Amino acid sequence: MRRLMQRHETYVFLAVVALTIVVTALNPNFFTMENFLDILKSCSFLGIMAIGVLVVLISGGVDISFTAVATVGQYVMAVVITRYTGNIALAFAIAIAIGLVLGLINAALIYFFNIPTIIVSIGTLNVFYGLLIVFSGGKWIYTLPEWFRKFAETRVFTLFNSNGIPYGLSIVTLIWIFVIVLAALILRYTVLGRSLYAVGGCGFDKGPAERAGINIFRVQVFVYTFMGFTAGVAGVVQALLVQTVAPNSIVGKELNVIAAVVLGGASLAGGAGTIVGTLLGVFLLAILSNGLTLMRVPSYWYDVVIGLVILTSVSASALQQRRKGKRAIAVEDAQHG
Amino acid sequence: MGEVRNRFKWIHNEFALLSIVMVAVLVLMAVLNPVRFFRIGNLQTMAFQLPELGLLSLGMMVIMLTGGINLSIIASANLSGIIAALVLHALAPPETFAGSGLGVTLIAVVAAVAAGLVVGLANGALVAYVGVSPILATLGMMTLLGGVNIVMTKGYVISGFPSAFLFIGNGTILGVPFPLLIFAGASAVVGLIMERTPFGLEVYMLGTNETATRYSAVSVPRVLIRSYVISGVLAAVAAMVMISRFNSAKSGYGESYLLVTILAAVLGGTSVYGGFGKITGLVLALVILQMVSSGLNLLQVNAFLTQAIWGMILVAVMIGQFYRVKAAARIR
Repeated sequence: MRRLMQRHETYVFLAVVALTIVVTALNPNFFTMENFLDILKSCSFLGIMAIGVLVVLISGGVDISFTAVATVGQYVMAVVITRYTGNIALAFAIAIAIGLVLGLINAALIYFFNIPTIIVSIGTLNVFYGLLIVFSGGKWIYTLPEWFRKFAETRVFTLFNSNGIPYGLSIVTLIWIFVIVLAALILRYTVLGRSLYAVGGCGFDKGPAERAGINIFRVQVFVYTFMGFTAGVAGVVQALLVQTVAPNSIVGKELNVIAAVVLGGASLAGGAGTIVGTLLGVFLLAILSNGLTLMRVPSYWYDVVIGLVILTSVSASALQQRRKGKRAIAVEDAQHG
Repeated sequence: MGEVRNRFKWIHNEFALLSIVMVAVLVLMAVLNPVRFFRIGNLQTMAFQLPELGLLSLGMMVIMLTGGINLSIIASANLSGIIAALVLHALAPPETFAGSGLGVTLIAVVAAVAAGLVVGLANGALVAYVGVSPILATLGMMTLLGGVNIVMTKGYVISGFPSAFLFIGNGTILGVPFPLLIFAGASAVVGLIMERTPFGLEVYMLGTNETATRYSAVSVPRVLIRSYVISGVLAAVAAMVMISRFNSAKSGYGESYLLVTILAAVLGGTSVYGGFGKITGLVLALVILQMVSSGLNLLQVNAFLTQAIWGMILVAVMIGQFYRVKAAARIR
């Protein structure tokens, strides 16, 4: 119990529960299977990218270029499947391939030139996005193939609500679950995944991790190509959800995703963060936005609420960290004195 | 080795290096577009555009010197701008107000600077006392202020200011654009504070080694809070120039400046790890960036291509710095 109380995830979970109770009290429509499955579908896009961001944060980096990567992957995918035909596997393959290549560029710049990750990604965000708009002319793509629309409507299982309207677990949510499982397996059961925490825990000087026999380059390549992979998948998922491809619809959401992951307890200093926490962070923001809508709060209040939630959460975990640090020093003093 | 050191010494002199780059850019512009680039009109346009970016970059640089980053600087500027605009509209409604509005302008500027000060205090307290990392604190602040800005304006544009206020961004004194004078004054003041006062020394110390600074009996929280307050106030001054030039205020103005403020500081020799960087370097970097920007504009280059080029220059400058640090280590 004590250990549970020290975990950040516990508090996020309690916040999610509290929020659910409040929103349900105000609008009973919130606490229904249909609404939950709907939330699971609509937040899968941010949720997939959040998994990638989590991996980057664990490794001690920050990436904000992933929205541009997702946009480029999505746009090229849409151009190919509308101009020539294709199928859903090809759509994912194209977007993922682009994600991997752009992720590799980030990794190379970070590893070979030792540039801080936030600076690299601020640079590449603008390069990727700027060039995409130049080449695409900023044109929207409205008419996606019939099979693309059909795939988006696929349900894993189907239920009917009281009005007889079908709903269910969307295929899109299943893709999100697949990414979660993949990341969980890598983080928990592979040497690469474990060394990720070691590299992140080192802070800026990667010397200790290197001396422990970790190949830093391989870790960095994995981190940023995995980010690219999730961005590519998320790009297709977003296109599936809205059925329109607009080059300016994803860029600008990077902070929402980072906010969700940070709410879930991942530290910007690296070396910490769990998938459960990240998912709770995503749910917290999703329920918050869904709840605000159900409570008929004007949409322009949304950012104010999110900003306050982020500041409260990061302050709470910083204070907790500080208290832990003080306790460690006290223990040390007691031992030596 | 002495000979090698002498021959390559200029590489380590930021000012000399940047001057060479500046002359090179000037020559390039002269070759590409000789007639239009050197026309008085273009030079004046450049002199009007540089200050708002320059003031924001100064605000970014001060925080980068402490080893942090201020992602909320644009949102903070917009907050100040919107508050000034609301004050102007309350005291001097554009439909009925007739005078020049000097007094009203002063009140609006004071209100805007006060807002910048409060944002700086909040950022500083989060970083210094609560212990939140600068990226997270200013990121949260950016979201919060962005939201507040939308709530205050409901997403609309507030436009139409009295003539005294418009002078801030559009007036000239003896042919010199007033914004340029503001920028010159601000960089002189910030330069003096950073390079000639004990506080400035403490900022550089903090950016170089926080632990050593703490053990040197320097109050780290006080240094941090003052730095963020300076940054917030500079953002407010930048906002005055910006909304006066546009004759309107809105949430979301100048969002593309965030990248360029970091780029200007880095190009001017400010280390992203803190502790190094001079105001003269920043000013030269701003002149270079303004010339490139105007040059591209005259060549009618797509705005998004320009954005991509900024990104490329940022990465290129960082690669250049990497090799310079390496070369310096070898000579030593």
